[in-house]
Amino acid sequence: MDRDERVFDDRTPGVEEHEPSASYLSYTVGLGLAIAATIASFVVSQTDLLWPPGIAVGLVVLAFAQIGVHLVFFLHLGSGSDNTNNILALAFGVLIVFLVIVGSIWISASLHANMMDMPMTAPH
Amino acid sequence: MTLATTEFVPAEVARGRGGGGPAPTRIVVAYGFWIFLLSDFVLFSGLFAAYAVLADQTAGGPSGAQLFHLRNVFIETLCLLFSSYTCGIGALAAERRRVDHFYLSAVFTILLGAAFLFIEVSEFAGMVSAGAGPSRSAFLSAFFTLVGTHGAHVTVGLLWFVYMIAQVWVKGLRAHVLRRLLCFSLFWHALDIVWIGVLTLVYLMGAR
Repeated sequence: MDRDERVFDDRTPGVEEHEPSASYLSYTVGLGLAIAATIASFVVSQTDLLWPPGIAVGLVVLAFAQIGVHLVFFLHLGSGSDNTNNILALAFGVLIVFLVIVGSIWISASLHANMMDMPMTAPH
Repeated sequence: MTLATTEFVPAEVARGRGGGGPAPTRIVVAYGFWIFLLSDFVLFSGLFAAYAVLADQTAGGPSGAQLFHLRNVFIETLCLLFSSYTCGIGALAAERRRVDHFYLSAVFTILLGAAFLFIEVSEFAGMVSAGAGPSRSAFLSAFFTLVGTHGAHVTVGLLWFVYMIAQVWVKGLRAHVLRRLLCFSLFWHALDIVWIGVLTLVYLMGAR
């Protein structure tokens, strides 16, 4: 038997558990949850269901929830001890993404605030 | 006195931290591809940051609220979600050597991905012909860069998948073809995750 066809002794993103019905179920549950989160995002953004100043926060929370659904049900990232390498790599990726996005917005907002006193056009 | 390094570790207790010897090729390949995907997320994080900073700089041109049609965006999102689903189902069918189920899922995956691209390209074409091209304002430059990079990934993914179907056709579901299919399905699911960010930051927040 080919060594790749042996029982897996480790987990990796995208490799599911060994029960066939469970993994079909996992994709279907994931699809249902993802569609529910998508519809909730559209409803929240288009109505005043949420307190209006809180809508942006609500959308970000729904987006993170949906990303979590995708990671768990489609990419099969779990919290088990056999998933440590994948989770550690993901944690590092999330750290870098967070630093780039939040850092850029923070620095640019600070620059923008400091520029406000300057005249927008050069004097004639 | 025994040396720990000479002890036999059965495969059942090996957990990817050195115990039990090297992991199977499939695990190593998918882990490496996972690292690549994370680096792709870092690429997108730069584009997201640029968009977030420039989103209000419309230079007197049209804003997101005037340009975006949320009905189309909703259809695009559903296309990608179902495409991801059929891709996952196809990967499961391939692992179970059900090649006809695999081809059926593959056709749906490609049709849904192509529908997404068609809607996106017609949206871009409509914006450019209405004078809202990437050169109009900093907001539109950032918009076309971010959304266009995601669209380019989808295009490359579709071409890759057509190539993978040809490999399954010619070589059958061999171990190395299955490993490549696993990498493709990881790529396709990762694009969905990027799209959630685009949908939330660009369209839902921009169309308010």
